[in-house]
Amino acid sequence: MTPHNDRSILLDARAFARALQRMAVEITALAPAAEHLVLIGIQRRGVELAERLAQLIEKDGGPSVRRGALDITLYRDDLETVGPKPVIGETRIPGDLSDSHVVIVDDVLYTGRTVRAALDELADFGRPRRISLCVLVDRGGRELPIAADVVGKAVKTGPRDRVDVGVKELDGKDEVTVVRGGPA
Amino acid sequence: MTAIGKDLVGLEHLSPEQIRLILDTAEPFKEVSERPIKKVPALRGKTIVNLFFEASTRTRISFEFAEKRLSADTVNVAVSGSSVSKGETLVDTARNLEAMRIDMVVIRHGSSGAAQFLGSRIRSNVINAGDGKHEHPTQGLLDLLTIRDRHGRIAGLKVCLVGDILHSRVARSNLWGLTKLGAEVGVCGPRTLLPRGIEELGVQVFDRIEQAIEWADVLNVLRLQLERMEKGFIPSLREYYRVFGVTQERLAQARRDITVMHPGPMNRGVEIDSRVADGPHSVILDQVTNGVAIRMAVLYLLAGGKPELADAAKRGSAGGGAE
Repeated sequence: MTPHNDRSILLDARAFARALQRMAVEITALAPAAEHLVLIGIQRRGVELAERLAQLIEKDGGPSVRRGALDITLYRDDLETVGPKPVIGETRIPGDLSDSHVVIVDDVLYTGRTVRAALDELADFGRPRRISLCVLVDRGGRELPIAADVVGKAVKTGPRDRVDVGVKELDGKDEVTVVRGGPA
Repeated sequence: MTAIGKDLVGLEHLSPEQIRLILDTAEPFKEVSERPIKKVPALRGKTIVNLFFEASTRTRISFEFAEKRLSADTVNVAVSGSSVSKGETLVDTARNLEAMRIDMVVIRHGSSGAAQFLGSRIRSNVINAGDGKHEHPTQGLLDLLTIRDRHGRIAGLKVCLVGDILHSRVARSNLWGLTKLGAEVGVCGPRTLLPRGIEELGVQVFDRIEQAIEWADVLNVLRLQLERMEKGFIPSLREYYRVFGVTQERLAQARRDITVMHPGPMNRGVEIDSRVADGPHSVILDQVTNGVAIRMAVLYLLAGGKPELADAAKRGSAGGGAE
């Protein structure tokens, strides 16, 4: 890390909660027939976010929402850069996906390569009627033609910046920070 | 170099951390084999040669499933190695394989040290699928995984290897793996089939199977090679079964819940009673299932993970399994 790092809070706990609430409403609007809805979180923090969103949707009196988890490590196109100790998380798909409306949930949307891998992996589990994408933070910088349907917060960042998402379950508190790494 | 080195020759040269990494990496691969489409693209474009100088059904099929479920391209070469001298054959084979731009070789060979020999001469990753009386590391690893699944841990468990320890590469890989992960290891078998001086390795020796059963949490019953009888190591198969066979009646005397393992292929009614092999103590088929996951993990780890490129992947605090 360079000494010029500049860390600022993008979403504090309250803004984080408001963003999630709004995202839950938008997901419900996307998929009026909630019995077909399946929220699938991408390991790791996407899984926690999917669980929270599912709870918010259910709290509004909606029917129960199926949820799952997806680890895309084995579908990455950069195996040789994955690292010496690749940690592969759990993949849990709730039943047959055909005829369902899958919403992929992730913390940060950046290059789009993770989503590309997730789409490939989902295709091996069946043929959903529709797949949507929901992210807490869209930081720009796409390398593939991919766009999110539901976005909690959009922010412009450069390639040397970092977006850190913390969730209560794993990191103690809900918070999104941006670390500016200086001009590219 | 990867997290577990260039080749997997044996468990002797792995650290406890490396062994745990392989076991933890195998966990998610179990689930891949339960999917409707049992295939992930992780090793797409990699070419793997399965070079078997000795007959093998289970191990070869298990490796082949592991390779195919990772989307690698595979070629099977079965060599009925009898006429050619091994040194020349292997060097020649190595050169030819390199010339065809392969990525990995899985080798089974009758001579101890063959995998090491090949690995030191080619740039491709080499995985030992059993070499002479030396090691059979993926069998050792799948045994460790099966024990961990059943007992939730390996450290502190008492594991007894039963039968022909002297000629067994499975026994050797088990000994290294179990002791590195902190298990207590015992052996039980006729003195003619135990290596001389094995007590000095800190291994408990049981002359009677009843004592071993009383002591152990896990029995790993090894296959008795039938030609051992012709060579005079044991008087007869019936005699062996009478003295060392793991039978229902003997297990009934066990003081605690005991796990029975066998690397296969079994000689029912020689080293193991059919009722035991098919009974509630047996995890023999779990071993076979775990074998595919372990081999996927080893292939995956050897194929990727170059530390110098790895900085980006170091975030996240995900831990491994139990142990």
